[in-house]
Amino acid sequence: MIELSKLEKTYPDGTRAVKGIDLSVTEGEFVVLLGPSGCGKTTTLRMIAGLELATGGTVRLGGQDVTRLRPSRRDVGMVFQFYALYPHMTVRQNIAFPLECVGAPDRDARVAEVAKRMGMEHLVALYPRQLSGGDQQRVALARSMVRRPRVWLMDEPLGTLDADQRQAMREFIRAQQIESKVTTIYVTHDQEEAMSLADRIVVMEAGVIAQIGTPAEVYDRPASLFVANFVGSPGMNLVREGDGTLGVRPEFVRVDPAGAIAGRVAMDEYLGSVRMIHVDTERGRIVMRSSEKRAAGESVRLSFDEGHVRRFDASGRAVC
Amino acid sequence: MLSLRGVSKRFAAVEALRSVDLDVGADELVVVLGPTGAGKTTLLRTIAGLEQPDAGTLSMDGRDLALLAPAERDVALVFQNFSLYPRWTVRQNMEFPLRAPGRSLTEAQIKERVEGAASMLKIGHLLERPSTRLSGGEMQRVAIGRAIVRRPRIFLLDEPLTNLDAKLRESLRVELVELRRALKTPMVFVTHDQAEALSTADRIVVLSQGRVLQTGTPEEVYRRPASPVVARQLGQPAINLLKAAREWAPAGVAEGTLVGIRPEDIAPEGGPLEGTVRVVEDMGPTKTLLVEWAGAEVHIVAPKGFAARPGDKVRPRVGAFVAWRSE
Repeated sequence: MIELSKLEKTYPDGTRAVKGIDLSVTEGEFVVLLGPSGCGKTTTLRMIAGLELATGGTVRLGGQDVTRLRPSRRDVGMVFQFYALYPHMTVRQNIAFPLECVGAPDRDARVAEVAKRMGMEHLVALYPRQLSGGDQQRVALARSMVRRPRVWLMDEPLGTLDADQRQAMREFIRAQQIESKVTTIYVTHDQEEAMSLADRIVVMEAGVIAQIGTPAEVYDRPASLFVANFVGSPGMNLVREGDGTLGVRPEFVRVDPAGAIAGRVAMDEYLGSVRMIHVDTERGRIVMRSSEKRAAGESVRLSFDEGHVRRFDASGRAVC
Repeated sequence: MLSLRGVSKRFAAVEALRSVDLDVGADELVVVLGPTGAGKTTLLRTIAGLEQPDAGTLSMDGRDLALLAPAERDVALVFQNFSLYPRWTVRQNMEFPLRAPGRSLTEAQIKERVEGAASMLKIGHLLERPSTRLSGGEMQRVAIGRAIVRRPRIFLLDEPLTNLDAKLRESLRVELVELRRALKTPMVFVTHDQAEALSTADRIVVLSQGRVLQTGTPEEVYRRPASPVVARQLGQPAINLLKAAREWAPAGVAEGTLVGIRPEDIAPEGGPLEGTVRVVEDMGPTKTLLVEWAGAEVHIVAPKGFAARPGDKVRPRVGAFVAWRSE
């Protein structure tokens, strides 16, 4: 459905934001582009939308080369972090707006259908200022869907919502996407959002793709040290061994009197449902997921669950 | 050491603070947690002397703060939207507060303080770099460094991590705890982020619409929230709130009682009443399920290996819970 081939973006000042990436997204798939600021994820999304022109490579949507097409000719629905609803229009008028421009004859029916499907029929007569942040963002999502685009593109759409609303919006977006089956690309720097939403995650680092995989693949078998650290909260523990590095998730570290690694508890980080015990060892800081309290200063020995240890070579790539 | 009693502040029709009591002990980190508009920033600005309270008293080490101008209070404020002087290096930015009129430090003392703070914040290698060539995280460290060099009597931090990437926030909040230990100076840290509050605080003050709803250690506030409103402020996903029904109510809980159950305190199997899985989120070490159950939608944190798809039937079993008397 979406094919990116050797896609590149170099800005006039010489900055290479995207360095020739290849990505193939199948019909109905939910793909999340994940990475830190400056990794090229938003630039990639904007090139798919047509808001930035590629300086190399191609974008194909449904088999058609759209690399040089204007955004309005690409049949994509976009949602941004800042919802930008028209304040002087009602919710109904806001949702209908994209149809005004194309003059759809069944406009009212389509607005009603989207409002019903997204559970906002009770809001259509209100103005944006009368809505909560979460409801405003739902309206922005509805507006982006009313044209029944081939592709749904979202750039950090939950950016300004609080934690409670984020969880609800995440579930809402996923449910809408599953129901409408529209191919979706979603950009975020938040690995938790990526894990919870994606069929596949594309982890980006400095303009290139570091790994593509399902949430479980990216979490359990990160392809590089970068992915190992970036995905997971906190990231994978990384311990030097010879030329390479061992990686182990905090849930696979345990206190073990016979453990090979000796250390001292530096911090017991309480997170409500779980604790992260930070232990300073002769091999560096190791974080252990635990339900038990540990006093700072306590001496402990640690061992790793061997079946869940990853190994990385000197260049930082996973070797098994 | 810092003590507020009955502090109120009104802006036109808005009661920003309603009779707030707050104590911050020497060496204590108190987090003020609340949503946007709860009055958190007004509280910090009142402590700093940038706002005058309409009622109530503030004192520090036994001295009435009303008698002291902002500059005399010896507090350091770090904001969410920090600004550095762009033409200056990191070192110049950090030296700035030490060269203010009224400070009489020698060049050697200034150098020692700046370099000490820089090494504590791991920005020693950035000292000669222009501040325009820093990442967001580095800039925030410099902003904190600028506060540290002053050696104030108290730090007031207003959402200092909010504008940063999720990953960076996570590591900076750990550093913040370690920094505070090294500094041995009390801190009031204002945030809307429950993970930041739980993980950094000695005590949490839950603020809502200008009023303190509960004060306690992170465990007290998380495990024994005083009200459903407090309960919803902490925990991700949020606590499930249900009216107890005969079909599933825990032993000893009367029907109709409002019950709060943390998502990690419901097991997906073993309970008396069937439910239907709606959404499954693979979070890595665990899975988060949204389940239609007991006439409501509940979140359940299931073990990593629990296989479930939307549409599957489960039998949620309630473990620990909180029950509130009806008002």
